[in-house]
Amino acid sequence: MYDFEFVKPASIADAVKALKEDGAQALSGGQTLIATMKQRLAAPGTLVSLTGIAEMKGVSAAGGQLTVGGATPHAVVAAEAKAAYPGLAALAGGIGDPMVRNRGTIGGSIANNDPAACYPSAVLASGATVVTDRRKIAADDYFQGLFTTALEEGEIVTQVIFPIPEKAAYVKFNQPASRFALTGVFVAKFASGVRVAVTGAGADGVFRWTEAEEALSKDFSPAAVDGLSVDPSGLMGDLHGTPEYRANLIKVLTKRAVAAA
Amino acid sequence: MTKVTMTVNGKTVSGEVEGRTLLSGFLREGLGLTGTHIGCDTSQCGACTVHVNGRAVKSCTVFALDVAGAEVKTIEGMANADGSLSVLQQAFQDCHGLQCGFCTPGMVMASAALLADNPTPSEAEVRHGLEGNLCRCTGYHNIVKAVLQASGQDITAIPA
Ligand SMILES: Cc1cc2nc3c(=O)[nH]c(=O)nc-3n(C[C@H](O)[C@H](O)[C@H](O)COP(=O)(O)OP(=O)(O)OC[C@H]3O[C@@H](n4cnc5c(N)ncnc54)[C@H](O)[C@@H]3O)c2cc1C
Ligand code: FES
Ligand code: FES
Repeated sequence: MYDFEFVKPASIADAVKALKEDGAQALSGGQTLIATMKQRLAAPGTLVSLTGIAEMKGVSAAGGQLTVGGATPHAVVAAEAKAAYPGLAALAGGIGDPMVRNRGTIGGSIANNDPAACYPSAVLASGATVVTDRRKIAADDYFQGLFTTALEEGEIVTQVIFPIPEKAAYVKFNQPASRFALTGVFVAKFASGVRVAVTGAGADGVFRWTEAEEALSKDFSPAAVDGLSVDPSGLMGDLHGTPEYRANLIKVLTKRAVAAA
Repeated sequence: MTKVTMTVNGKTVSGEVEGRTLLSGFLREGLGLTGTHIGCDTSQCGACTVHVNGRAVKSCTVFALDVAGAEVKTIEGMANADGSLSVLQQAFQDCHGLQCGFCTPGMVMASAALLADNPTPSEAEVRHGLEGNLCRCTGYHNIVKAVLQASGQDITAIPA
């Protein structure tokens, strides 16, 4: 790993200022970025740690919404979102392992937008709003492909605001070595309809399975997706699973998520 | 180089580090606390697990400067004040929860954090809680038993 200058601002405003410098990059839990820097795939000149910014931490529920600070570790969401949004808390409690959950954060996860990451499915299925230092971005506009998001240079995810569904569940089929999602499905049922988001499977990252959304909005039961099938073209294939295998998993996991919700 | 200060096993310590100095490197090379092992250096194996402000973290995936001012606990801080093994460490010995011992510092630190959160875990909760720690020798059963014994639960019914 190349050396860098380390700064740890105490406010969002100071972090934004520090990130304006050439070669500066945000560091949150470091559970992705430090490994990337060790491989020299990233070599920032300055790392701006977000872990000392109190206004970016914590979980709060009010008015049918759950707000999670961008620098809140997964373990805190797992513990503190349990009462208000159990489906989201369970997702956070299943990310990686306890040590990863104690450091890794929601902001880092959705800024990175790994195609096998768990959080993007919850953000998309909940129709959440990603709040940054400069604007609010709807989940449907935020995720733009593999490791690609609507974020601009130096833009910081400060909060994610989740509308709380009536029922929701996330079911992932673990890739046993990495514990990321080989495929994962988040189902969220709102009064206005059902949203279904799939991670770990799309060649372009997280996506909504709209046919299942329509079927489940009419009849929220596992059997409602029986007659549907997912087209494997457009899905990822690797040594862990072919596109056809993932297509089948999406359907199976959707049914399990509906049953668990 | 920048000066970093933190509390390690109850003592205030300082040292000069680079931005890229990992907590694992600061503990091992800076402070000579080589009980914290580096197995993979890629956040996979958990051998480097230590506590930062009471929470288990992989010290190979945390920068020393990012935990300036924190309370850090390593395997060297786990024995009783008189040098005898803590209940958890003794349980690892009693249950044969180690063979080569390479993973053991991380296993003990992860288990201690697990028991602090959940003092009487089920076998499934212990297995879930140790998902981030790899052991290439024991096959895990005896490690799980050791953690359950340390929690004060009866382990005689658990198959070997
Ligand atoms: C062993 C292991 C297992 C894992 N298993 C899973 C899993 O099952 N599911 C899963 O979803 N993830 C998993 N992860 C990834 C983990 O969730 C990471 O925490 C996450 O991907 C990155 O979050 P971070 O806070 O560590 O971000 P960092 O590593 O600090 O940063 C990642 C990227 O995001 C940028 N960034 C960070 N914070 C912000 C912000 N607030 N605003 C804008 N940009 C920001 C950084 O500049 C960097 O480019 C695993 C990781 C490991 C090491
Ligand atoms: S050495 Fe840190 S996880 Fe393996
Ligand atoms: S005892 Fe040898 S790796 Fe666990």
